[in-house]
Amino acid sequence: MSLAELSDLLGREFMQRALLAALLTGLAAPAIGTFLVQRRLALLGDGIGHVAVTGVALGLLTGTSPTWTAVVVAILGAVLIEVIREQGHTNGDVALALLFYGGLAGGVLITGLAGQGANKLQAYLFGSITSLSDADVWFTLALAVVILTVTLGLLPQLFAVASDPEFAKVAGLRVRFYNLLLAVLAAITVTVAMRTVGLLLVSALMIVPVATSQQLARSFRTTLAGAMAVGGVAAVGGLLIAASFPADTTVAPGPTIVLLALAMFAATWPVGAWLRRRRRLAEPFPILTDDSPDEHEVGHADGEHPHQHGDDCGHPAVEHGDHVDYVHDGHRHAPHGEHYDEH
Amino acid sequence: MLNAAGTPVVEARDVTVALGGRPVLRGNNLIVREGEFVALMGANGSGKSTLVRALTGLLPLTQGSVLLFGTPVGDFKARHRVGFVPQRGTAAGGVPANVREVVSSGRLTRRGLLRPTSRADRAAIDDALGVVGLSDKAGDSVSTLSGGQQQRVLIARALAGEPDLFFLDEPAAGVDLPSQLALAEALRILSGRGASIVLVAHELGPLEPLVDRAVVLRGGRVAYDGPPLPQDDVHGHHHPGGAAHDHAPHVGSPFDTLQSRAREGGR
Repeated sequence: MSLAELSDLLGREFMQRALLAALLTGLAAPAIGTFLVQRRLALLGDGIGHVAVTGVALGLLTGTSPTWTAVVVAILGAVLIEVIREQGHTNGDVALALLFYGGLAGGVLITGLAGQGANKLQAYLFGSITSLSDADVWFTLALAVVILTVTLGLLPQLFAVASDPEFAKVAGLRVRFYNLLLAVLAAITVTVAMRTVGLLLVSALMIVPVATSQQLARSFRTTLAGAMAVGGVAAVGGLLIAASFPADTTVAPGPTIVLLALAMFAATWPVGAWLRRRRRLAEPFPILTDDSPDEHEVGHADGEHPHQHGDDCGHPAVEHGDHVDYVHDGHRHAPHGEHYDEH
Repeated sequence: MLNAAGTPVVEARDVTVALGGRPVLRGNNLIVREGEFVALMGANGSGKSTLVRALTGLLPLTQGSVLLFGTPVGDFKARHRVGFVPQRGTAAGGVPANVREVVSSGRLTRRGLLRPTSRADRAAIDDALGVVGLSDKAGDSVSTLSGGQQQRVLIARALAGEPDLFFLDEPAAGVDLPSQLALAEALRILSGRGASIVLVAHELGPLEPLVDRAVVLRGGRVAYDGPPLPQDDVHGHHHPGGAAHDHAPHVGSPFDTLQSRAREGGR
């Protein structure tokens, strides 16, 4: 596709609407996703997405707006999932699986009853940019603003509840309220993202940017901000890629957005792995209270150390109390006068 | 330190708790007075963690009552007066969080909704980090710390709310010796400031000189309440590790719950 065609595409009204909707979705989905990952509920969004399929189908059957029926059913599903998770002691995942597949099967069945083919449902399952109306964009805008305001405004509370519910409860926070709030916000996010990414891939836009951001971030806030940045870039970039395919292909924006986010993860992961390895090797050795080193014992039989350790000797220098140990073929050499002690 | 005539901060009467329909605690009385340092001891499964969870309001009572600062625990609103350190394993979540962020959570008992951190909040967080000796680790990701350091982060989190009453559930279980010493030092500072402390411990180790009173549980009942005992007298032999004990067997079917259906007495 030439530059002229691209600028022609960007000049079209439907494309501008779609880009705005994608950007907002890309910012809002990872904001919720960060809390879901923190609570180790990375697949919750996927479950809500499956349940929302039934909502879309009900809309198609009754002739009302599928977006609104999807919002209602997704919220009901999210609350039900949260209640099962909270009450159940073990095997919560099996209960969730029952709900997921019920939602998907029910949705496909009802769509069939409505006499609508798979094509109609496909626009909701994998996203469709051309179907967005002005009203849809306003709807997306309003919900994305609500999601971002609530998550960022209540960040300290949501963080405390997500990281340690028992502590939060003793601290007087209404744990159940915040958990339900997060579930409802996740349900709204799913329906907001339904038009751009699609119900079956929406969870990826909530989770993959967080996984990407985590590679480099050391704090919760930077993870959240980084995930929002990755989500925004992936959503806008993926939409442009989908739009730039030739007119005779039918590429939905969902797969391109998700694959772009995954590509960003693939690019960051090696850096993250390298940083984590470096940090692990440089971690100071613990000072033990009965830490009497094998004094004056030298690691080599002839008592001669064939190598002078130093700043640039190539052996990792690791802090150990008040001195530095050089890691050397599985030994720890600590300089002591003219020789090295084994630590 | 010990004040025999002090005002009671915790008053538990006839505390009975059932988990999943199985009685775990039966008719226990416990009074903790202002400034006291009480150690709850006993073998695995004796109910000591359950008792502390009932005292903080995490578990409903089937019978009896718990008063914190004279108010029933269910109606207790002055949550900033209580600091809780849960059993370890929860300092790191699925997302990296730095030490300062985790400790800041403890300040929520005193912060209103949608309020930025004030100078007093930051001072309390700095002080809490200083007491547990982790000031230089404030920017580090919690998951990169050792188990003992993570435990100290959780103590700092409870400290940040500047409470008068601390509940600590097995803070020293599986913690290396330097961290145990740092923990003892932190608790000594707290106790010196006049805080009341209820500590669940399998064994006291370096904490022993700090403890005013030991309460030993056996089979869900208080078996001893008095001056601290030498370790061997508590339960005769040593169990390695401080693993959590399940009082009710786990049920393996979806939609089943283990929530107690008994009336929530005393709430």
